[in-house]
Amino acid sequence: MFFIDPHIHMVSRTMADYEMLALSGVVAVSEPAFWAGFDRSPAGFVDYFRQLTEFEPRRAAQFGIQHYSWICLNPKEAEDLGKAREVLAEIPKFLSCPSVLGIGEIGLNKNTPNEAKVFQQHVQIAIDAASQGPPGSKHALILIHTPHLEDKLKGTRMILEMLRDFGSAIDPARVLIDHVEEHTIELVKDAGYWAGMTIYPISKATPARAVDMIEMYGPQRLCVNAAADWGISDPLNTHRTMLEAQRRGHQLPELLQVFHNNPAEFFGQNPKFTVKPLTVQPAA
Amino acid sequence: MQMSQTSPGNLTAADVLDAYFLEARARLIELAATLDRIDRAAGSQAVQSDARLKFIHDSLQTLQRTQPGRAKAVQELYSLK
Repeated sequence: MFFIDPHIHMVSRTMADYEMLALSGVVAVSEPAFWAGFDRSPAGFVDYFRQLTEFEPRRAAQFGIQHYSWICLNPKEAEDLGKAREVLAEIPKFLSCPSVLGIGEIGLNKNTPNEAKVFQQHVQIAIDAASQGPPGSKHALILIHTPHLEDKLKGTRMILEMLRDFGSAIDPARVLIDHVEEHTIELVKDAGYWAGMTIYPISKATPARAVDMIEMYGPQRLCVNAAADWGISDPLNTHRTMLEAQRRGHQLPELLQVFHNNPAEFFGQNPKFTVKPLTVQPAA
Repeated sequence: MQMSQTSPGNLTAADVLDAYFLEARARLIELAATLDRIDRAAGSQAVQSDARLKFIHDSLQTLQRTQPGRAKAVQELYSLK
């Protein structure tokens, strides 16, 4: 079984994790820009973007894994509008790097007015970068973080409203809204967006609940990730979810769709992403 | 032997709530999802009278007690009499 991990923070992980991912069938990872656990200076962001676009692809390549990334100022650091302005000014030049898929993970954390403002500014950057996509693309691909715990439902609604306010400038097929759970997945999928489920034991979904959601809402436009980072997290939670689905009798074509082909299809809307969807065919 | 009502270490009730709330929340959501899963599965009507399902529902009632000893009471529900 081959996997694409659609959301993982490899800057926080060791080479041993890259090896483990490769051994467990991961052929590509996508790494959104995120919070480092402390607030950085604008110069610190530039270094971080270089780490994502120059250093991590080289580390991953040592294990045959393709490394792709997303660039943004994460919502946890969006309160300081002055800093946000400086960091956002750096983003367009990184969008043209060969392994950058788009803008992300933008979104909301505490649903504040400043976070909302910076979210909208990021979306505008994605729209302004439309020319980097294939002909006819309305905007660069967008990967969106939804808040944790009690802020999630309200934050998801706010994000959907803000995207709606951009009108026809936004193509839902080019936006993935991540960390959905039982109370938000329907809102996201009904609006035509891609959805991501994150497998964390305490604060997000578990393998069993994620498979429930695949069954209830269908595997279409749905991705599963471990979002492993510097916190208590496990890069193999994506695999555990696949095992749970397999245990319930889901067949290989469906597993391949969720854990490989769906991310390949979404990311593949940016021609930089070269891993193609696979099909299963019995030997003659 | 009488169950002791001593404090958990030197934690206050607020400390305990801070430390264990998210874990308790996650387990409740997991349990809710498990019950939904049973309902979605083929033959769900047939298991409604299964004693194990009754244990789960009885346990949930036990959790609503206001006095301590809930864990012991739940364990006793699942024990051979």
